[in-house]
This record gives sequence, C-alpha cells and structure tokens, in this order.
Amino acid sequence: MAQIFPKSANAIARMSVYGAIFVLIFVGWAFDALNRSAYNTRAFMAREQPIPFSHAHHVGGLGLDCRYCHTSVESSSFANVPPTKTCMNCHSQIWSTSPMLEPVRASFRTGQSIRWTRVHDLPDFVYFNHSIHVAKGVGCESCHGRVDKMPLMWQHASLQMDWCLDCHRNPEKVLRPQAFITTMGYQPAGDQEEIGRRLMSENHIQDARVLTSCSTCHR
Amino acid sequence: MLLVAAATAACRQDMHDQPKYIPLRPTDFFADGRSARPLIEGTVARGHLDDDAAYYTGKGPDGKFTPEFPFPVTKEVVERGQDRFNIYCTPCHDSLGTGNGRIVRRGFRHPPSYHIDRLRQVPAGYLYDVITNGFGAMPDYSAQIQPVDRWAIVTYIRALQLSQNASINDIPADAKARLSQEGGQ
Repeated sequence: MAQIFPKSANAIARMSVYGAIFVLIFVGWAFDALNRSAYNTRAFMAREQPIPFSHAHHVGGLGLDCRYCHTSVESSSFANVPPTKTCMNCHSQIWSTSPMLEPVRASFRTGQSIRWTRVHDLPDFVYFNHSIHVAKGVGCESCHGRVDKMPLMWQHASLQMDWCLDCHRNPEKVLRPQAFITTMGYQPAGDQEEIGRRLMSENHIQDARVLTSCSTCHR
Repeated sequence: MLLVAAATAACRQDMHDQPKYIPLRPTDFFADGRSARPLIEGTVARGHLDDDAAYYTGKGPDGKFTPEFPFPVTKEVVERGQDRFNIYCTPCHDSLGTGNGRIVRRGFRHPPSYHIDRLRQVPAGYLYDVITNGFGAMPDYSAQIQPVDRWAIVTYIRALQLSQNASINDIPADAKARLSQEGGQ
C-alpha cells in the first residue's frame, strides 16, 4: 500500500505548527477589532425616531441650552427625555399644524408617551450617574460629542469600559469650568491640563486609584 | 473563523439587559407601557408637604402676591437666577428681558418687555406665579424649574429691570467716584 502522505508533508506539518501561532494571533486581533468597531458599539449610527427630532436645529440653530429639556441632568443619575409638555411649550404656537409633529400633538392630547428609540444604552451592570459628572466639570460634549451638529441623534463614543477609563485615569484632560458645561465646541482658555488640574483640586476629584477602582462603577 | 464564530455565538446579553426597570425602560405589564408610574393625584412625598404658601405660591395669607422674597437675597442667589434665566427664559425673553428671543423671532407671540412700568411695579410674588402657572401664551415652568430657582430667577429679573432703569443715585458712593473718574474713557 502506498504512503498516504508524501515525504514533503513533514515540512508542511512543521510549518503549520509555527503558522498556527500567527493564525491564533490574527484571530485574536480580528475579534478585538470587531469588538471595538462601530459595527459592534453602534457608535456614529443615527437612529430612526418616531419624530425626526433634530438636535442640530434645536441646539445648533436655536441655541437652546441642553438643560431646557434635559432638566434632571444636574440632580439625577439619568438625563431625562423631556415630557411632551416641554415640546408643546413652543410647538403650541410654532409649527402647530405641521404633519411631522402630529405624533407630538397626539401624545399631548391623549397622554400617551412618545416611544423614542434609546440611543445610549449602558450595560445594566454599570452604575452611571449624570449629576456627579456634571457637578465635577465633565461637559455634555465630552461624552456626547457635537450634539449641535447631529440631525438625528447618534452615539459619539464607544461606551466601552476602556473609553470610561481613559477619563477616569486622566480627568484633567477633559474637565471644564461650570459656566461652559453645556457649551458645544468648547475651547479651553489656556492650557487644558493646567485648567484640568486646578479644577480637580477645586472640585475635590479623587485620586485615579479611587476613580478606577472596580466598585466605583460596578456596585 | 470557527473560533470567532464560537466566541460570538455564545455571547448572551443577560447581564447587559437584566430583568429590572431602569429609567425610561418600557414595560409590558401596564397598558400605557410606562415602567415609571404617574403619581396618583394627591400624593405627597415625604418632606414635600409644601405648606409654606408664600414660598410655594407667591401669595400671602390674604391671597395677594407677596412683595418680598421668602429668603434673604444674596449675590449667589442672583447669580443662580442669572444661570437659570439664561437656560429657561432667554429663548423667548432674550438675555436682556426685552422679549425678542429666538423663539419669538420664529413666530411665538411677543411677550411684554420687563422694562415697562406695569412689570416694574408688580410684586415679586406675581413674577413667581407667572413662572409657576404660566400667563397668556407663556406655558408654566413648574415641571422644569424648582421653586427655589423660580425665586432666584425673580431676583435676576429685578436685577435686569434695575440695570435698564437705574439713576446715578443708585450707584454706591465709591463706585460713583470711580465712574466719574473713568466714565469718560
């Protein structure tokens, strides 16, 4: 009976032992790249909404402050989506016959909620509190990006843990004074790290060891 | 590729999406889909009886608007008022209070300027009441602005009114001296 494998198969077998290392590295890299990709995190993907609400128009065009609608952001763990009443503050008179806004008026008439599509969804095992971030000088823009340029809302950051830790390790790189907390396109008046370090001591921001402790966010 | 497929196919999101209600998460349990239930009428949260009528309604025991502020007005209060005014009021009333805000320029009914005699003379409680209950075309802001901030905004409206209607005698003596020295520059 003839040999199944010719003698050259020995060389291929040896090569494949070494080659397997590279294949494994490639598979690991591919998995990591896929995991971090916008395809997985759904960053930069504008979401369809029941009403095509434009932050670009309301924030960029009209100059409304974020807190006009998201009133609870300074005092609560979550930044509320405004009730329909807040929309009707202006839209009782402006665009009050627009068919695009009919779902808003219907919601106001009937008391039924508008079912917006959630854009930012952290895993349920993460404790996140908006108010403390705002109080300590993290601007809206630092996490949400240039909302004033988003016709439909999208997620600006990956919302993955390494992204959280970027700031928790070096808060001085993003902190800004309270007066500019909702400013879009903020430019620090001077050296950001210097301002950031000053704000860290003024706002009593704790050491990076505390900020990066597991139980700071997973509690 | 098999490894990648195996690693991703096995991913369940049970820990990401736990069976609990977080704010704004819908529910199938109630017909209206809200997990956060509307308050039953007459509900009073502990510590929120709000029985200080002058503070919470701007009206005194006689039912008339109070001319005074329910707490001492300090510089911090006025600055807080300025901060809140710029968020909630400037869209219509503009930053000076003349009523030419961006929303008005887009077609909302023009509110009166703060700098007319009638509004200079109304008691503080009246301004508080307008923020709380609305007036004319203006909607109420009771859900968006807390009572303490409404009063702070009223102090800032007073500051704005003074800023447009001050006489030389309103300026403290030392500032007046500085003004007469530097005023011409």
